Amino acid sequence: MDSATSEANPGTTQSASDRPPLLSTAANGLKIVIVGGFGVGKTTMVRAVSDIRPLNTEETMTRAGEGVDDLSAVRGKSTTTIAFDFGRISLNESTVLYLFGAPGQERFWFLWDRLFSGTLGAVVLVDTRRLDECWYAIDRLEAHGTPFIVARNDFGGPRHTAEQVREALDLSEDIPLVDCDARSRESSRDVLLALVHHLYALSTARTAREITP
Amino acid sequence: MKRPGRDEDPDRLYTVTGGRSRSAVGADAFDLVTLVVSESEPVRGMQSEHAAILRICRSPTAVVELAADLGLPVSVIRILLGDLLAAGRITARHPRTVRAADALPDPDILKQVLVGLRNI
Ligand SMILES: Nc1nc2c(ncn2[C@@H]2O[C@H](COP(=O)(O)OP(=O)(O)O)[C@@H](O)[C@H]2O)c(=O)[nH]1
Ligand SMILES: [Mg+2]
Repeated sequence: MDSATSEANPGTTQSASDRPPLLSTAANGLKIVIVGGFGVGKTTMVRAVSDIRPLNTEETMTRAGEGVDDLSAVRGKSTTTIAFDFGRISLNESTVLYLFGAPGQERFWFLWDRLFSGTLGAVVLVDTRRLDECWYAIDRLEAHGTPFIVARNDFGGPRHTAEQVREALDLSEDIPLVDCDARSRESSRDVLLALVHHLYALSTARTAREITP
Repeated sequence: MKRPGRDEDPDRLYTVTGGRSRSAVGADAFDLVTLVVSESEPVRGMQSEHAAILRICRSPTAVVELAADLGLPVSVIRILLGDLLAAGRITARHPRTVRAADALPDPDILKQVLVGLRNI
């Protein structure tokens, strides 16, 4: 079965009336994407910090990587489907942060621009027992110019030093590498804070360069 | 390829969108996290998906939440929202994230995110 894109958990559907509504003043939705291989803890991390139980949805695309708004393509079945899950955090009366857990495999990246352009940044979630699974995701994020950090989720495997992990991932010094336990709300929140601190540093450095060229 | 356990029958998608091959004007502007708000109540005889969207969007609701609630792909939701927007039945609050000059987010928005996250 071609199930690589079908990892969204069944049984997490809920109707709109089961979740708390956003405030009527909510006006700005932000995106952060958590990318990683199957079973690395993406859904667990989303659930740990979200105000709502994670929801699943999907996007259907043609082989050419177009989202399906040409329904004749759907009828011709020349399509593939990417499933992802998400949660949300209301940050203040107007701003809502949406967190997406997304598979890092090859075909997912055809949909990146369509779904995740304008994303603040990404967390590459890794299991240090299977580091090679995130190589491709890191390549793609770099190619898309999306800022990211790497978080290693603690599954109790053998301990590697941060240097060993950096080496294995060919990760440059300026990209933060943090440890986490995706099951913990505090730990998962700290991963998001590490990403946003990183983005803030990048963004203010850019501004400084613009002001004093 | 078919994802098991979920209704993604192409014929259903075709029916939901009336077989249109292109979305209404403005539909592409709908981001995953564009917040949609109803400006009117459902009326009798309205397509059930349109009516469902109007009910759910009595409070602001992201495009991706609508996709999850209706069990439809995001691109189909965009088409349905394009219809409702053209009819003046919804308004859309699009994300304001990125400064025009570059791809990095506005530091003021990032500050809001830091403060908000520290409070959870
Ligand atoms: N030991 C341990 N288990 C975890 C951790 N994070 C997730 N898991 C477990 O790993 C399994 C897969 O996690 P899931 O979030 O579904 O992975 P996903 O496929 O990336 O969404 C679940 O049974 C989780 O309970 C962690 O930090 N430590
Ligand atoms: Mg998952």
